[in-house]
Amino acid sequence: MDGNKKYMNPYLAGVLLGMLIVLSFFLSREGLGASGAFKRMVTKAQTVLMPSHVENPESNAHKYVADGKDPMKNRLVFMVMGMFVGGFISGAVHNRLKIKLQHNPKIKSRTRIIAAVVGGVFFGIGASFARGCTSGSGLNGMGTLATSGFVVVAFIFGTGYLFAYFFRKLWL
Amino acid sequence: MGPIFSTASEWNYVIALIIGIAFGYILEAAGFSTSRKLAGVFYGYDFVVLRVFFTAALTAMLGLAFFGYFGWLDLDNIYINPYYIGPAIVGGAVMGLGFIIGGFCPGTSVSAAAIGKVDAWFFLGGVLLGALIFDLAYPLYKDFFTGGARGKAMIYEDLGMGKEWFMLVFVIFGIIAFAATAIIQRKVAKRVNKY
Repeated sequence: MDGNKKYMNPYLAGVLLGMLIVLSFFLSREGLGASGAFKRMVTKAQTVLMPSHVENPESNAHKYVADGKDPMKNRLVFMVMGMFVGGFISGAVHNRLKIKLQHNPKIKSRTRIIAAVVGGVFFGIGASFARGCTSGSGLNGMGTLATSGFVVVAFIFGTGYLFAYFFRKLWL
Repeated sequence: MGPIFSTASEWNYVIALIIGIAFGYILEAAGFSTSRKLAGVFYGYDFVVLRVFFTAALTAMLGLAFFGYFGWLDLDNIYINPYYIGPAIVGGAVMGLGFIIGGFCPGTSVSAAAIGKVDAWFFLGGVLLGALIFDLAYPLYKDFFTGGARGKAMIYEDLGMGKEWFMLVFVIFGIIAFAATAIIQRKVAKRVNKY
């Protein structure tokens, strides 16, 4: 169990999040995002470990380093750094800071770890194909009425429901 | 009239950091730092994801529309995600699998990792690995990834509706979804175990 289970009213959280999206577009022309930061972290590591790959203009990573760009010098990288800080502050305020592997007691810790890694891999691949994750492609897309956002969200949740039965032992 | 800063402005880094702090705070405070709550949307015992997510989408939609009407923000000059039909469908479907298996999405896993959830750290490792795999195997699907480009496709145009009519329908759809899922949750939540 978490320390403190009192969570913010979800509709209030949604309104605050929506206003944050408007503010982001108003100030910086773009919305929220998370996966873009992780793609750039990978590219940054690749510039050290496999420099010839990122310098190849045919590679996908090349777009993050083209014209001498530093992949980490990107607003989404800063946003994700902020998200760690913000999440930590909320955890501290609400007495929820605790090192813990949270999982259904009916499954082993190892099963949860494998599922978390595999789920992350799927998300990393999917967010690359969809040019953004739940926030960058889905939330921004719906807020701006972009077709891409609605399609991506429909397929995230549609596939989730379609396969929920097969993975029910992980959660129920 | 907004947007205030051009894409090249370095102020965007400062703004992104501050907005990120608020973003991470809200996600954690809403309970997105626990995979159990997030996965609940797929089994009917907790619809917090749907509530927060669609309230945020509706608020952003209406807020941006009003900013446009009042002339505060040039809606033709904000970033609209380009629509690539195949990649959007495949990407969404693969992310759906990732969600039901991993119990997080990238943003929520950051807020969970920040309060010490070890499973979220493993998920983040997976996200990095997935991004690397996509990059290394890129030649296999380069044509698919760049194909089916529809540019700045807008949902109301694709549906042949006026923008205002679409917004009205979306708001009504949202309210019905909020009410229906509240009823479902009341019935299901009693029957599942808590952890």
